[in-house]
Parts: sequence; structure tokens; C-alpha cells
Amino acid sequence: MANLDSTFLGISSPNPFWLASAPPTDKKINVLRAFEAGWGGVVWKTLGDQVKNVSSRYAAVDYGGQRMMGLNNIELISDRPLDINLREIREVMKEFPDRAMVISLMACTDRTSWHDLVKRVQDNGCHGLELNFGCPHGMTERGMGAAVGQDPEIAKMVVEWVMEVAEVPVLTKLTPNVHSVVPTAKGALEGGTNGFALINTIQSLMSVDLDTFIPYPNVGGHTTFGGYCGPAVKPIALKMLTSLGLDPATANTPISGIGGVTTWRDAVEFMLLGAGNVQVCTAVMKYGFRIINDLCSGMSHWMDEKGFVSTSEFVGLSIPKVTDWEDLDLNFHIVANINEDKCIHCGLCYIACEDASHQSISLAPGQPYNTYAIKEEECVGCNLCKLVCPVTDCITMVEQRKGEEYLNWTEFQRRGLPLNEH
Amino acid sequence: MPLQNHRLEPQEYERNFTDIHPPFELLDTAFIEANRCLYCYDAPCTKSCPTSIDVPQFIKQISTGNIKGSAETIFSANIMGGGCAKVCPVEKLCEGACVYNLMHEKPIPIAKLQRFSTERAIAAQWKLFERKPSNGKRVAVIGAGPAGLACAHALSLEGVNVTIFEKEAKGGGLMTYGVAAYKVTDEFCQEEVDWITSIGGIEIRYNTEIGKDMSFEDLQSEHDAVFIGIGVGVARHLGIPGEDLDGVVDAIKFIYDIRTKDYADVSVGDKVVVIGMGMTAIDAATQSKRLGAKEVVMVYRRDEGEKSCTDAELDIAKLDGCSFVWLANPKEVLGANGKATALVCDNVRLSDTPDASGKRAIIPTGETVTIEADMIIRAAGQTPFEEFIQHSALTNNSGKVNTNRQQATNLKGVFAGGDCVNGGKEVVDAVQHGKDAALGILEYLKPSHKE
Ligand SMILES: Cc1cc2nc3c(=O)[nH]c(=O)nc-3n(C[C@H](O)[C@H](O)[C@H](O)COP(=O)(O)OP(=O)(O)OC[C@H]3O[C@@H](n4cnc5c(N)ncnc54)[C@H](O)[C@@H]3O)c2cc1C
Ligand SMILES: Cc1cc2nc3c(=O)[nH]c(=O)nc-3n(C[C@H](O)[C@H](O)[C@H](O)COP(=O)(O)O)c2cc1C
Ligand code: SF4
Ligand code: SF4
Ligand code: SF4
Repeated sequence: MANLDSTFLGISSPNPFWLASAPPTDKKINVLRAFEAGWGGVVWKTLGDQVKNVSSRYAAVDYGGQRMMGLNNIELISDRPLDINLREIREVMKEFPDRAMVISLMACTDRTSWHDLVKRVQDNGCHGLELNFGCPHGMTERGMGAAVGQDPEIAKMVVEWVMEVAEVPVLTKLTPNVHSVVPTAKGALEGGTNGFALINTIQSLMSVDLDTFIPYPNVGGHTTFGGYCGPAVKPIALKMLTSLGLDPATANTPISGIGGVTTWRDAVEFMLLGAGNVQVCTAVMKYGFRIINDLCSGMSHWMDEKGFVSTSEFVGLSIPKVTDWEDLDLNFHIVANINEDKCIHCGLCYIACEDASHQSISLAPGQPYNTYAIKEEECVGCNLCKLVCPVTDCITMVEQRKGEEYLNWTEFQRRGLPLNEH
Repeated sequence: MPLQNHRLEPQEYERNFTDIHPPFELLDTAFIEANRCLYCYDAPCTKSCPTSIDVPQFIKQISTGNIKGSAETIFSANIMGGGCAKVCPVEKLCEGACVYNLMHEKPIPIAKLQRFSTERAIAAQWKLFERKPSNGKRVAVIGAGPAGLACAHALSLEGVNVTIFEKEAKGGGLMTYGVAAYKVTDEFCQEEVDWITSIGGIEIRYNTEIGKDMSFEDLQSEHDAVFIGIGVGVARHLGIPGEDLDGVVDAIKFIYDIRTKDYADVSVGDKVVVIGMGMTAIDAATQSKRLGAKEVVMVYRRDEGEKSCTDAELDIAKLDGCSFVWLANPKEVLGANGKATALVCDNVRLSDTPDASGKRAIIPTGETVTIEADMIIRAAGQTPFEEFIQHSALTNNSGKVNTNRQQATNLKGVFAGGDCVNGGKEVVDAVQHGKDAALGILEYLKPSHKE
């Protein structure tokens, strides 16, 4: 089986799976068990001035009978004394010297505070630092967290302060609560950061109790905006990750990918889109540390199948497959095809195409099973039917090019080619 | 040993007659199953329900926590949706058509989900229907069975005043007097009748047999229209020697006793033979066994492929320990001292091709088989109430009343539906007939109506 050894920013770990800075990494007893279970490394729960947390703290979105498609929290950084955190970090590092120990930090936005915090933490011992510029709640009001990450100038300044004293690699953790992550990333890069971590949580209001009208999470009759994470945020994280990979200024800076990683497939996708490793929080909050087994096993088997021997070999391979809309080939055309033998006659493809796409599926009434067929000449190849079909590979999309050569929108317009007639 | 009651201890009776399809214990398990439903378009399950309940919609409503809406969806298509959830042979109806079968997966437990919503509605007496103000029209319904009740509800909803005439002391028809005791309880049947009549405008006159306590003609003259939902009568006679010996009983009567007496007071034989392989035969056989019969043999003149019960029903009989003699055509009942002792049957085979009736012909092989029995239950189809039907001059086909699509009979303003029209199908078919007839009657009652 493929070896999963990983080196990220010069920090080595037995696999590319780290636990993100959050409750699973906030104390020795958790982290020891995580390492026993096999996690490659941790980013310790953010340290700074000790805070006080509220109760309750979390709320979730359930979907289709599954719990926690998305999770939201209104927790702050570590609420434990700094001294105790530092002592526990030393003890864990001693027991597991082969695992990555990165410490997440957040200080008041002044030079001395950052200098003091960085020095204290790195003198205590660690392999790297992660600057939390992302926390979207509680800390922003104090000028910290996302308040730093949302302003490229401030981000640059803080990173500069950190780099003045840092002796270990520094990751800047970006907030997704911006129009684009690129400007802050550039600021941090100018400030001297060695790498990025993204994303932190997304600002959200989860849901409302229909009996009391109080939104969740309910803290004594009120709520506040919180940070959203878990499977629901993955596509947003992937987009932000890819936009750093596409920008020449940030393309060559290592990125630790975060946001909804739940399975080895998610992790592979993050890495194909440029993440050097991944960090996980919600999946562990739901299932516990034991999920590391399948994360490793799944990735390793996949690598064997694809012939990869090291995790670094496939990082970023999918980035060149992302381009601007204007460069897409208008002559590329696919049409849906229904495999009659697999079809279970649920009609979902039909009603989706009929009500929401191009009325390209015909219905031949039957008792009790209707027969559905694609009207190829009408089909625009949108994928909708295939996406709703409950049977794997029952609907496939078959290539039927409109023309031999590559034809983009600019060229299409230049040639004055005709648009749709109806 | 002759027919005997009190064969079992009270706890044994209780265990033998508990609900064969228990409900969801937990809300969460209902949600899990509801979420499995694909929400099919023009759904095969709905198309396989004789009352066309919008199954994907009511299941979706369970998954969104809209249980009232879910009950409304069910009841607006089938006011006996509660009872149907317990008695429908779903494996040949909705669940049999569920698309999961085509994936060789367990179908959605539609009946169980239907029970989930309807039980809550009936228990909490949710007011889901509002009757229109009375329009002064008066309709008589004969028979408080599923057909009559469904017709009455649909009419009352539109403001018609309905009087139901029922010869028995309770409503529900065969739901109360026929369906196996381990499928529905008497309390449930009563609650269901109360639920249906709770919209108001429906009066039930019990212990009133039309043709005896009151004439059909009087009924016609006193009402604007009449619906006949009298069902079918006793089990068909076999017409073989020895049929009147002691110990030869009618399945419908036997089951009627089970549903109306204490279980311990119902007599059953040691060795029981049941003739027939329909739902009634299965119910007679399994309930004989559950009353303490030592041996139960089901005799059928065709083979397993041509049985009219479903596989699921046959499985219940198998699990209850009944045995089966296929391709045996009853020929004679033997007796001693006026009591039945055995059933003699011709061994038969089936012709390769169907005969004029569309079925394969039964050809005796020349051999016979003799099955010892002290109780022989006739359950090979039921006889229509021919006397009533002939007397009222209804055109009919061997006792089955002829009707058009709107369930109108040959008599002006007289409609009919349910078992008395189809010869004996399921509760759900009777409900649909009742609905159809109500539409026909409403149309007939319109001032603009022309012949
Ligand atoms: C043993 C047995 C088991 C069955 N099991 C099932 C089952 O599990 N699931 C299922 O779906 N179906 C089952 N059925 C069939 C189902 O019960 C019937 O199809 C259904 O009840 C028919 O409804 P109906 O309203 O047409 O007639 P009925 O239910 O027969 O109701 C007719 C009503 O009319 C009354 N009546 C008759 N004559 C008169 C009169 N002259 N004056 C006044 N009232 C009169 C009767 O007393 C009765 O109440 C079973 C039937 C039998 C016999
Ligand atoms: C309860 C909770 C507390 C968190 N605390 C921190 C924190 O202190 N510092 C930080 O950088 N990120 C924090 N995060 C964000 C996570 O590290 C991570 O970036 C985010 O949850 C997205 O990853 P996921 O989808 O795997 O959960 C927290 C997340 C949760 C759910
Ligand atoms: S691909 Fe789109 S347009 Fe074509 S049949 Fe499917 S849903 Fe309709
Ligand atoms: S969605 Fe798939 S299974 Fe359902 S009818 Fe369409 S092709 Fe068949
Ligand atoms: S066929 Fe099955 S999956 Fe489809 S709507 Fe009906 S119950 Fe649901």
C-alpha cells in the first residue's frame, strides 16, 4: 500500500491528515488519543488572551435524514490558561515526537502582543505556527480574527510582526468571509508568511425554533452569528483554494486545505486542487478520531490504483483543468442517455428536465411504470437528469460534438454564429 | 374430538391475536423510512393504489414534520386510510409497485408510514375536513361498510345529509366482522367509524335491515338518491354430498364469531380443513390455528401459481404451521353419527391452455385423496345477496350489481359499489367505489342534471 508520509512546509508527519484548530485539539487528553488513533498532526486550539465561552455553542443543519450536513459554532479561542496549554503541548510532543505540532495563535493587534505570544509559544516548543485571521465571531469585535483577515493591509502588518521573531514555519489561516481570499493572501505573502491554511468558518445564522421563534444556537433567549463548517462548506472551500492556485502571486505557496473534509475522497479532491495536506474538524466532532483509519486506507488504495507513490505527486493536478468561462469550448456537446436495464422508472429525471430544464425527456405512460426516453435533439446536455437519477450510471452523458474544432465564446461572436432559435 | 372452545389460556389467545403489523415505535424510525422515499414523479405506488393516495406527497410530509398535512393527503383520497394501512394487501398494491423492488431492495413501508400519520390524526381527532353547509338534499346509504362510509363522507362533505341503514349493531362492514382479528381491533373499527362521521351530516341507523325492517321502495321515495353498499353474503356452497353434516362451517360465519365473541367462546376442531386459497381462506386457516386447532390443512383445486391470496398471506399461513394440498377438488364429506369425519377430493391436473373462461381447466386424474377432519371450513368465494338484488329489480351478473363508471345502476337515482358490485375484492376497492358513486350522486343531484 502506498506510503502516506507527508512533508508540509518542512514539517513531516506520517500522513497528510491534521486535526484543525478546534475543540478536538484543545487539550492533552484529546490530542494523545488522536495520535494514538493515527492522526498525522494537530493544529492546537488557538491560544491568546484567555476568554470565557457561552452555553449553548453549536447548532447544525440536518439534511435528508442525515444529521449535521453543516455545523455552526459561537465558540471563541481557547478558554484554558495559556500555561496549562503550553505544558500539555510539551508533554504531548514528548510522547509523539513524529507527529506535527502546529500552534494556532491570535493576539491583540499590536506588535508587542504578537511578539510576546510568538516567542512564548515557540520557546515552549512546536513545529510551526498558524495565525488565526479567520474566526468570524466574538473576536472580530475586539479587532482580532476575521477583522484582521478581511483587511489585506492589517494582515500584512501582523504577519510582518510575526515574521520578525518567528523561528518556525508560519501558516496564515484565511477567512472565507471576504469577496475574494486572494487580496488577504497577497498581503500575508508580502508580510512574509510561509504558507496558508484555508478556510476558517463562514458567517451564518443556522435556523430558528418555530415554537419559540428564537434562532439557534440559543443562549438564554438570544443567538449571535456564528461560523459555519462541515460537509456543506466544502465546495466553497475548494473554490477559494483553487483561486489561490490560479493566481500567479500565490500559486507557489503551500496551502493546508480545510473545510468539510469528511472522507478520503474529500481529502484527495483538496489535494488535487492544490492543498499540500488537509485539516479536519467537523467530521471528528461528529464521529470521533477513529475516522482516521478510512481516511488513510482510502487514500492509500486510491494512490495504488493511480500509481502514485507519494502524496506530493498529485497535489495540484486538477488546477490546470479550471479555466475562465470565456475559454470553455462551445463545440463540446453531450446528450443524456438512459440505460433502460438500470432504470427504475422513478420519473425524477423527467420532472426535473420538464419543469426546470429543457423539456427533453419523453414520457410513455405505463401501469404502473412509465417509460422515459431522451429527446436527443432537444437535450442541451446540462447534467440535471443524471444528477437527480437515484441509480448510479443509469443516465450517462454521451459526447456528440457540434463541431470538430475548439470554439470559444469570443471566436463564436467574432464569426457571428447564430444563437438559439427558441 | 368434536368442535370445542376454550382450548387455550387467556394469555395464549392474546398473544395469538396481537397486531401482525406493529406500528413504528419511534418517530425517528418513521423519519428514516420516510427519508428513503425517492419522491417519485407520477409514482408507481400511487398508480397502484385503487384510491390513488398521493404516496410520495404524504411521505414527504412526514419527513418535513407536517404530520397533519400528511394525514390530510391520505384521508382526502381515502377516508379509510387508517384501516387500509392495516388491512391492505400492500405487496400486490402500492408496496409491490415501489421502485425499490426494481433495485431488489426492500420497498418503502408505505402502509406503516400511512398508519403513522392516520393513527395520530384519529387519536388526536384533528379536524382536517370542514363540511359545506347543508344543501337540503337527502341521500340514503345501505350498509355501513367501507363503500357506504366512503360514499357518505364524500357526500356529507358537499353538504348532503346522509342516513346510513345498517343491519348489524356496529359499523365498518367486513372491516368489523370479517377481516382477521390480528389485523384490526374492534376498538379501532369503532374509532374509524366515529372519525368518518365526525364531520357531521351522517346519521347511522343500526339494526335496520333494508328489505326486512324497511322496504327498499320506501327508502327510494324518502330520499333524493340511494347508494347500495351491502357487500356480499355467506360463503359459497360447494354442492357436494355431506355438506350439511355437523362440523362443516361457513368461513364468513366462523370469522364473524371470532370478531364478535370472546376468542375462548369460539369453537374450533382438532383437525381443520379449509377449502379455498383466497384471503378469506387464509384468515380462516390461520385463525383456526390461533384458536388452538392441532392441525390445519388448506385444500385448493388449482396450483400455487393460481392462488388468489398473495405470497405474504400464504407465508402467514405457512408460519402458523398450516399445511397445503394443491390440485385437490372437493368431492364429498364423509361422516359418522351426523358429524363430519373426512373430506374426499379428486386429484386433478390443469390443462395446458386456458379454457373459455380464461382459466386453465380442471381435469380429474382419476385418483382421490381423503383428508381426515372434524371441521371443514368453506371459503371458496362468497355468494351475493341475490334476494335483495332480484327483488329490487337491479340488473346484475350472477348477483353482482351492474353499474356504469359513476357507479349508477339501472334504477334512477340508485347507485351501488363495493363488494356487491365487484363480487368481493378489498376494502380499498370498496372505498374507491364509494367515492366514485358520491361524485355520480352529486352530479345526479344537480338541478342541471339530465338523464
Ligand atoms: C374473511 C375476510 C377477510 C378479509 N380480509 C381483508 C383484508 O385483510 N384486507 C382487505 O382489504 N379486504 C379484506 N376483505 C375484503 C373486505 O372486507 C371487503 O372487500 C370490504 O369490506 C367490502 O366493503 P363493502 O362496503 O362493499 O361491503 P361490506 O364490508 O360487506 O359492508 C356491507 C355492509 O352492509 C350491511 N348490509 C348488508 N345488507 C344489508 C341490508 N339489506 N340492509 C342494511 N345493511 C345491510 C352489512 O351488514 C355490512 O355492514 C376480507 C373479506 C373477508 C370476508
Ligand atoms: C467548535 C469550533 C471551534 C473552532 N475553533 C477554532 C479556533 O479556535 N481557531 C481556528 O483557527 N479555527 C477554529 N475553528 C475552525 C476549524 O478549525 C476549521 O477551520 C473549520 O471548522 C472548517 O473545517 P471543517 O469543515 O473540517 O470543520 C473552529 C471550528 C469549530 C467547529
Ligand atoms: S441533460 Fe438536461 S436537457 Fe438533457 S435530458 Fe437531462 S435534464 Fe434534460
Ligand atoms: S431518474 Fe433514472 S431511474 Fe428514474 S426514471 Fe429517470 S433514468 Fe429511470
Ligand atoms: S415508488 Fe417507492 S420510492 Fe417512489 S414514491 Fe412510491 S414509495 Fe416512494
